[in-house]
Amino acid sequence: MAAGKEIKSQIGSIKNTQKITSAMEMVAASKMRRAQDRMAASQPYAGQIRRVVSHISQANPEYRHDYQIDREVKRIGYIVVTSDRGLCGGLNSNLFRRVLQEVRQWRDQGVSVAFCALGTKGSVFFRKYGGDLLAANRNLGDAPEASELIGSVNVMLEAFDNGEIDRLDLVYNEFVNTMSQKPIVRQLLPLPEEDVDQDTSSSQEAASASKGGWGYVYEPDAQSLLDKLLVRYVESQVYQAVVENIASEQAARMIAMKNATDNAGDIIDDLQLQYNKARQAAITQEISEIVGGAAAV
Amino acid sequence: MATMQCNIVSAERNIFAGEVERVVAISVLGELGILRGHEPTLTELKPGPVRIIHDGGEEEVFFVSGGFLEVQPNMVIVLADSADRARDLDAAEAEKARDEARQALQGKSGEMDYQQALAEIEAATARLRTLSQLRNRRGNQ
Repeated sequence: MAAGKEIKSQIGSIKNTQKITSAMEMVAASKMRRAQDRMAASQPYAGQIRRVVSHISQANPEYRHDYQIDREVKRIGYIVVTSDRGLCGGLNSNLFRRVLQEVRQWRDQGVSVAFCALGTKGSVFFRKYGGDLLAANRNLGDAPEASELIGSVNVMLEAFDNGEIDRLDLVYNEFVNTMSQKPIVRQLLPLPEEDVDQDTSSSQEAASASKGGWGYVYEPDAQSLLDKLLVRYVESQVYQAVVENIASEQAARMIAMKNATDNAGDIIDDLQLQYNKARQAAITQEISEIVGGAAAV
Repeated sequence: MATMQCNIVSAERNIFAGEVERVVAISVLGELGILRGHEPTLTELKPGPVRIIHDGGEEEVFFVSGGFLEVQPNMVIVLADSADRARDLDAAEAEKARDEARQALQGKSGEMDYQQALAEIEAATARLRTLSQLRNRRGNQ
């Protein structure tokens, strides 16, 4: 049996680890709340743009932007949103598994794939995995600004404009609730129909508008406005995904650290028991030695 | 005077929401003043101030780095850009993202080496953990 002193020092080191993990748990919990706030705050912008885009589309049915036209897919682009740091459970590995699954399916159909990695873990992954990495963002931090993502999104949009990719998908962790985050894949380009065309069908406003047409005054003109709005729309979708992924990351880290803290507690209990046994054994042995010695005298 | 609803939103947050009397903004075609009942309009904004005049003449100024302005009969919506979006700036940002991708693949920065080492350690510890779990299970049988 291990000596009492060794067990004691092991308990000490695990207690230190436990302190760290429980501190990380609390930090993650507060960061998660802030990320959730940012998630909520970014929604109105995307909603408004979506509404405006569908107005214009309805008012100008003859004009279709490239982003709204489906074409044969020969090459597909993925924007993969990951966290910067680890220690967040299986969050990133689940996401990568999902991406690889998708990629395999496309490759079976003879479609090649290109990537854009947002978040440090993504860059590291693609370095090891290989693959065609067109753009990357590292060290996004806890509160990235929408402007930091413009570059990467732009690269992918350019690739789409030039016909290098025919479809653009966005992969990130959906924040279902604190206990569960789910990797999801969403089509960004060409814009899914329901995103722009049917969005307003629910609102009364649109119903009356489609009858009378939107008597809008466009400055400078509808098409160039639409072009710019669509770019902003895609950017805001990516930004939302990044913010949501951060909320997911913090939630996953909170749960992972909570489990680690609980596990450390279990291990400490086990070790404490071992320590007590060892101590008891040593005392018993000493007594029996003394008794044995006294009997011999 | 009659008021209308005004919302200013950026990709990151709601900047302003409330009842206002007048909105003055600078569109690509010139300065634009909007009162209640203005014709429905959709226009692109230049970087510059958006002035909001509250009921009673109190004025509030927000700076936007471009964006869009939509006027509905009793509502004004400003979709503000969160950063300056000149064409060459966009191109520079794109170049930066490409650079990062190249760096990530070639891995010339020390930080990437560190991150990769970290990933490998994680994978190795996961393997060890599985092995010891397997061994324990076999030991218990």
